[in-house]
Amino acid sequence: MTTPASPPSPYSAALSSSKIESHTLSVLVDNEPGVLARVVGLFSGRGYNIESLTVAEVAHAEHLSRITIATSGAPETIDQIHHQLERLVPVHQVTDLTTSARSLERELAMVKVRGRGENRADALQLAEAFRARIIDATTESFIFELSGKPGKIDEFVDLMRPIGLVEFSRTGVAAISRGPEPI
Amino acid sequence: MPKEMTGAEMVVEALKDQGVDTIFGYPGGAVLPIYDVLFHQEKILHVLVRHEQGAAHAAEGYARSSGKVGVLLVTSGPGATNTITGLTDALMDSIPLVCITGQVPTHLIGSDAFQECDTVGITRHCTKHNYLVKNVADLPRILHEAFYVASTGRPGPVVIDIPKDVQFSRGFYTPPAGVAHKTYHPKLDADLSAIQAAVEMMAQAKRPIFYTGGGVINSGPSASTLLRELVALTGFPITSTLMGLGAYPASGANWLGMLGMHGTFEANNAMHDCDLMIAVGSRFDDRITGRLDAFSPGSKKIHIDIDRSSINKNVKVDLPIVGDCGHVLEALVRVWRAEAKHADQPSLDAWWDEINQWRAKKSLAYRASSKTIKPQYAVQRLYALTQNKDVYITTEVGQHQMWAAQHYHFDEPNRWMTSGGLGTMGYGLPAAIGAQLAHPKALVIDIAGEASILMNIQEMSTAIQYRLPVKIFILNNEYMGMVRQWQELLHGGRYSHSYSEALPDFVKLAEAFGAKGIRCSDPALLDAAIGEMINYDGPVIFDCLVDKVENCFPMIPSGKAHNDMLLADLSDDAGLELGSIIDEKGKMLV
Repeated sequence: MTTPASPPSPYSAALSSSKIESHTLSVLVDNEPGVLARVVGLFSGRGYNIESLTVAEVAHAEHLSRITIATSGAPETIDQIHHQLERLVPVHQVTDLTTSARSLERELAMVKVRGRGENRADALQLAEAFRARIIDATTESFIFELSGKPGKIDEFVDLMRPIGLVEFSRTGVAAISRGPEPI
Repeated sequence: MPKEMTGAEMVVEALKDQGVDTIFGYPGGAVLPIYDVLFHQEKILHVLVRHEQGAAHAAEGYARSSGKVGVLLVTSGPGATNTITGLTDALMDSIPLVCITGQVPTHLIGSDAFQECDTVGITRHCTKHNYLVKNVADLPRILHEAFYVASTGRPGPVVIDIPKDVQFSRGFYTPPAGVAHKTYHPKLDADLSAIQAAVEMMAQAKRPIFYTGGGVINSGPSASTLLRELVALTGFPITSTLMGLGAYPASGANWLGMLGMHGTFEANNAMHDCDLMIAVGSRFDDRITGRLDAFSPGSKKIHIDIDRSSINKNVKVDLPIVGDCGHVLEALVRVWRAEAKHADQPSLDAWWDEINQWRAKKSLAYRASSKTIKPQYAVQRLYALTQNKDVYITTEVGQHQMWAAQHYHFDEPNRWMTSGGLGTMGYGLPAAIGAQLAHPKALVIDIAGEASILMNIQEMSTAIQYRLPVKIFILNNEYMGMVRQWQELLHGGRYSHSYSEALPDFVKLAEAFGAKGIRCSDPALLDAAIGEMINYDGPVIFDCLVDKVENCFPMIPSGKAHNDMLLADLSDDAGLELGSIIDEKGKMLV
């Protein structure tokens, strides 16, 4: 889902030298038709990256949804994304969870692994170490469910690869701030 | 007690309640109920355009010359898609528009019905906001909200897509009340600490410059008045973007002329060498900055803008001030006075001495001719013969647009309408029609090129039908001049498809529409011919045959810095050797 970086141009030279950072943005929006398309269209139209995206209603009566976007770019680009999102009419609030103090990020994944004999035992052992649950099993396969930080899921998937990874499905990042205050 | 009525009646009722007196449109199957309501009333003038793109640009011209919201009404499918260029133009130049589109009935949406298109999907990227109204109960709120969103904050186009069954449905209409939008609250006033910091920086500055843009115009006439007051108080030099012309008078003592790619030598060099840049309602567009890593390297920058995302987008600034230009300028004037600030006069005097040396280059000069009409000369004569009139100028896009910006001078805001951000050929004639409808007694002139004018020439019929005496002043060089100039600069003079082949006879074309046609090719006869155009009571197409190979200077070639300008060579008949000026990197740019 990432867009290749544009070729260096004298017009953009002044801002393009900075380091690329990963940020998680929490966007509270009116849950109206097309709002997700607006957010996603902003990213594609302006050439920003989306590394993961989750969206779900969070307050039914108020018609509010929370969109959590993991993105990457130079600090100036992240700043632009933040303010461009705020400019969208149905957006209530944009919070950069990476800079705005302590936040928690979690992702859920379901991982299908196929194998017999030793591979089966290896898979089970690793699943236990990662606290993955078995949610489906046959004589030659498992489906594991695990949740955690995106890096943990990457790691688990990489370990399953030589054992007999068939496929996996992950939800994308959900995030929230620590402590008693809302985001 | 809210009145019960149909959705179509609500549309017309809301327009009246919003103070709309003129709309631009074209009927079709999916908007017939609204057209039927228009048939039964006389408060709103509906102007029938000849192409929906014309409706959008006419609404832009109306909006920009009057400060009101421009309104257009078109049908579904092709009616909606034909407005896309105009909507995008309005988005880029921050022009308030409300565009009402018909849609197929809700139960047919998604079935590829006749004249169906995903209007909200297509226009999502070229509007400030858009709505698909699925329930007539939502319609009154959405109609009023659309006007609010279009005209407040950074203005822009808003689309309301109304399915035909919703137009027929009955519901209760509510008039506009105080709008309390759930999420959209533009910030108008800046923080006082930022204002005080700005005033302090201004008092300390040794080589300051104001760089103003279309935001000052959009903020309303009082912002221009305040800008003039602040410039007079400080004595600082001022330059403006193409979009901001007229906010500060071109006849004012501190005016340096327009800046940017075809700006003056003094404006661009002052931008490059200043130590304090005060950007007011301008957005550091690439046509302004030139090469970014060499853009005004030694300056502190203050950026005043209502759109937070415009700040630090292209150029990193030292002091961002988020707010409406008018509000911020008022605060700056007030605090400057209250704190009895004054400029560093000795330094400012030395700065003006330097600027006057750049001015002495006379960068807008060109080689005069007694044989052919130089395009610059034509604009200068047009200015001389119309400057004392109540005049509004629109343009198309290209060389003639830049010559108009350089040689036609504006002392008031809202007098100059041009497609700046999008660069839309075909903008000028419909925009002139819109401006003329907003100012029926004024002299409205579209300074055009022979290629651009053909892009929306059908709107001549609109001008005839509504007796709009717009004047189209074509600088006819039989080339897409700016394309030809770039081909000369970048592609070894290989003029690939930039020659205006098979041109119509513009005099006969004018006559065929029922307008007057005038042709002039002799500089000695030009004044008399322009006089004839001004005095004719009706639309005129003026075919001004100008020097075919004149280039537009001065120019910052792509990829170069402000202090690296190309000036016109006034001495050598062979002209400049342009082919080698732009390096390979520069050729990549637009």
